Amino acid sequence: MTSFEYARPETEAEAVEFLGEHHGNTAVLAGGTDLMNLLKADLVAPKRVVDLKHIPSLKTVQPENGGVTIGAQVTLDELARHPLVADYASVRDVIDGIRAIQVTSSGTLAGDLCLHPNCWYYRNGYGLTAWQNGESLVAEGDNRYHAILGNQGPAKFVSASRFAPAGIAWQAKVRVVGPPRNNEPAAEWLPLEYFYVTPKTNQHGHTVLKPGQFISHVWLPDSRNVQSATYEVLQMEGLDWPLASAAACLDIEGGTVREARLVLGHVAPVPWVAADAARFLVGRQVNEETAAIAGDMAVAMATPLSMNEYKVQLARTAVKRAVLKAAGHWNE
Amino acid sequence: MAERKFAWPKHGTASLLGKDIQRSDGPVKASGQAKYSADMNTPGTLYAKLLTNPHGHAKVAKLNVDKAKAAKGVKAVHIFRDVGTEMRWEGELIVAVAAERAELADDALKLIEITYEELPFFVDEADLKTAKEKELTKSLGNNAKGDVDAALKDAKAVHKGFYGIHTITHMCLEPHGSHCQWDGDKLTAHLSTQNVSGTAGQFAGPLGVEEANVTVNCQYIGGGFGAKFAADEWGVACAKMAKEAGKPVRLMLDRATELKIAGTRPSAFAEVTVACDAEGKVTVWDSHHWGTSGINGSTVGLNVTPYVFDPPNRKREATGLICNTGPNRAWRAPNHPQACAYTDTALDDLAAKMGMDCLTFFQKNLEITNLPKIYGPELELAAKLMDWKAKWHPRGEGKGPKKRGVGLALHTWGGGAHASSCQMKVHSDGSVETFAGTQDIGTGTKTAIAIVAAETFGIPITAVKVNIGTNKYPKSGPSGGSTTIGGVSGPTRRAAQTALWKIFDLVAKDGSIFNGDAKVCTWQQAAGLIGPMALEVTGEGPKDDGLTSAQVGGVQMAEVKVDVETGIVRMVKMVAVQDIGLVVDRLTAKSQVLGAMIMGIASTLSEERIMDNKTGRFINANLADYKLPRIGDVGELVVEFYEPESEYNRGVIGLGEPPAISPGAAISNAVANALGVRVPVIPLTPKRVLDALKGAQA
Repeated sequence: MTSFEYARPETEAEAVEFLGEHHGNTAVLAGGTDLMNLLKADLVAPKRVVDLKHIPSLKTVQPENGGVTIGAQVTLDELARHPLVADYASVRDVIDGIRAIQVTSSGTLAGDLCLHPNCWYYRNGYGLTAWQNGESLVAEGDNRYHAILGNQGPAKFVSASRFAPAGIAWQAKVRVVGPPRNNEPAAEWLPLEYFYVTPKTNQHGHTVLKPGQFISHVWLPDSRNVQSATYEVLQMEGLDWPLASAAACLDIEGGTVREARLVLGHVAPVPWVAADAARFLVGRQVNEETAAIAGDMAVAMATPLSMNEYKVQLARTAVKRAVLKAAGHWNE
Repeated sequence: MAERKFAWPKHGTASLLGKDIQRSDGPVKASGQAKYSADMNTPGTLYAKLLTNPHGHAKVAKLNVDKAKAAKGVKAVHIFRDVGTEMRWEGELIVAVAAERAELADDALKLIEITYEELPFFVDEADLKTAKEKELTKSLGNNAKGDVDAALKDAKAVHKGFYGIHTITHMCLEPHGSHCQWDGDKLTAHLSTQNVSGTAGQFAGPLGVEEANVTVNCQYIGGGFGAKFAADEWGVACAKMAKEAGKPVRLMLDRATELKIAGTRPSAFAEVTVACDAEGKVTVWDSHHWGTSGINGSTVGLNVTPYVFDPPNRKREATGLICNTGPNRAWRAPNHPQACAYTDTALDDLAAKMGMDCLTFFQKNLEITNLPKIYGPELELAAKLMDWKAKWHPRGEGKGPKKRGVGLALHTWGGGAHASSCQMKVHSDGSVETFAGTQDIGTGTKTAIAIVAAETFGIPITAVKVNIGTNKYPKSGPSGGSTTIGGVSGPTRRAAQTALWKIFDLVAKDGSIFNGDAKVCTWQQAAGLIGPMALEVTGEGPKDDGLTSAQVGGVQMAEVKVDVETGIVRMVKMVAVQDIGLVVDRLTAKSQVLGAMIMGIASTLSEERIMDNKTGRFINANLADYKLPRIGDVGELVVEFYEPESEYNRGVIGLGEPPAISPGAAISNAVANALGVRVPVIPLTPKRVLDALKGAQA
């Protein structure tokens, strides 16, 4: 860990100011469940850590535009108990799957969305894309937990966020706040789907956040007429990263799917939208067979690496079970 | 007067032995009052941090620690490996820095100027072919008996299979380390150790001080499992830096370094051929196994291959792989878990080939085991507790994506008492103190000593003050090989009986001892005759007086549920039946078995050292990726001791290791029963389960 300044703003405006200084070489402290690890491993070495935990406007859960806006500092435990979030089953599924009071009591939704990849090459200091001497350490080395989709470029890690698949399936938006520059607005609502990017080099990040920017709020749309679920493949019963996951949002009327959105997690450098598989479900009933076909379609383009072909089967299963679960046809 | 000889109370007459007694140090441990090495924080204590080798194999090309030495708060710098030194695995120690605060030590480490000359490495412990091509193998011998070829011709069924079990580490919750403090030329080391009485010399020699000037203390230890018998180079460095700084220093390995350099259990991979006759009697074992213990290129020994079963016709060969990986240390029942994992799985596959229930198959072959009279009744007891007959099914049957299966395995271990002595003082107020340079590595040793002394005197356990954990007490053996319970119970009993006899003599001097059944005097009144100086006696051990013995056998059965669409294996239930001779404390003995089962579940389902062939590094050396079970992962655990009166009469036998042996084979067999497919390599991760299912379809 490298020494840093600690700043404790009490308003969003102060936070923007504190984060914008030092040329944006600053870090946001939300729950801290990831930042502390990154600091200790010297993977980030900000000049200043800005603690957002004391800004009242970031701690609220409020109805907005038919949906709900969740402040960046709302903890997962608070979220799990909040009546306004009760109908977002796929979000609650993820909280249930964390199974670690240490994370749910201090971790936040916005913090999860910003998690750095758990790729062991990245965490051991080889950079986001982990290239060395002109070759990919991931492709040539141990890639049992790495990407099976979207992995044809330099980056082969998997997106670490557990909530992003559910959020994108819900068509969530995030409010990105930062120092105003080049006529860009200081705050902007961005679809969560566009929040993630696949870096081409180690200098690029894995999200669109620029130095000094942070997520202040997450907005989930109207939950009426939508049934949702997340299915995470978790090897262990305790705190564990999913080997693959999928979130489904289904609008079902009279037993027939009117609209569907499917998003996979932990299979690609970004949350992976399975548009074809979702389209297939539209106009059909959800049953074992159609759910299985959706699963097959979601991984049809998979390009597994040398050691992770098994993840194709896990992703397929996650999609199938998420679809069945959203439709109320799945019990563990 | 009755004959005076050392003996346990007659079966059924003991008031404390064999009862459920809570460990005496539970409250101080649970409340955080127990002080471990990492808690030692005498005034002025410096924190040590380590620079370690980040490469699979490298030489130190350049090294300059001047800036680190001059850094703020730094009081001592120790170089383990200077320029030109070859480092043959990742994590080897290069420099330690001791500073006033942990973060100052961290900052100073960053000021060390170092470059490496990287060298070729080999870390793939399963890859025999490449190791041979690179000439990185060592023959560890081969031998044969009977006539394997002829027996194969006559066999009813022959099975050939491949089995494997990866390297794991000890993963002690408390890493290795010590707190060292000097008073002139006298050193006190609070060392996290399984060997209180045996490590002073390892400090004294390299430090150039007299062994008599070294005190080693260890009241509490957060796990050992066979990895903590030595002062180690980092212990000596801690003492050296304390001397240099003139202040106490605490040096605990960080988690990653602990995993990389402080001990592993060797891997083993085996090609096995087994065969049996029409009756199901195993006639042939033929195997070649290989694996690594690190750079010294060893693996599981030939003599435990095949494990427990000894067919009349046998060939066996072992090859060690020389890998750039952290060295092995004794791991709870060295060699046995791996040998059990490739023996009992191969036999289970042979049973399946015969279309036989493996319980029946194992029962048929007990005559070629070392302890048929133990395993026989234990198998029956375990089968009843598991409801085996109702749960066993031919392999692979069952509907739906989640399939259930059951499996079993057998194991054996010695567990004889180590050399130990116990000094005992009985004071004139009746209070009792015991002194022994042993250690309680979490097994309940302190509690056991109190139980034995209290049983002998007929006083409450709380009346016995047990003193252990320093080499200044009478010497006691290291806690390895399940030798401690016998090691301390025998001498404690002998000392207490001796004291009792001496007190009887004092009482007798006054002329009146017993009048029918009427009590002549209380314990305190009798002890009062001792006078102002405590009565001191010493008990020695081991002795051939029947208080302790050795050699146990155990049976374990596992029930699992396997999700064939995700490859995830869940424990449903596990049954352990174990003989242990005379039970000292039933509660802590059961806890021992539970801990062993959980440790076995960990190494069978999730725990694995992953060496990266690309960087030569132990890539998952952290507690997120080195996956350990939580309570939800272990299922229902049932422990039953096999203890007819004949077992009680064998005296005390060690228990720590045997129940950690069978889980691998028992769980793997249960998975094979569920799936109809053998997942050959342990741990049985989703990847390996799915790969095995896919392989079976192809």
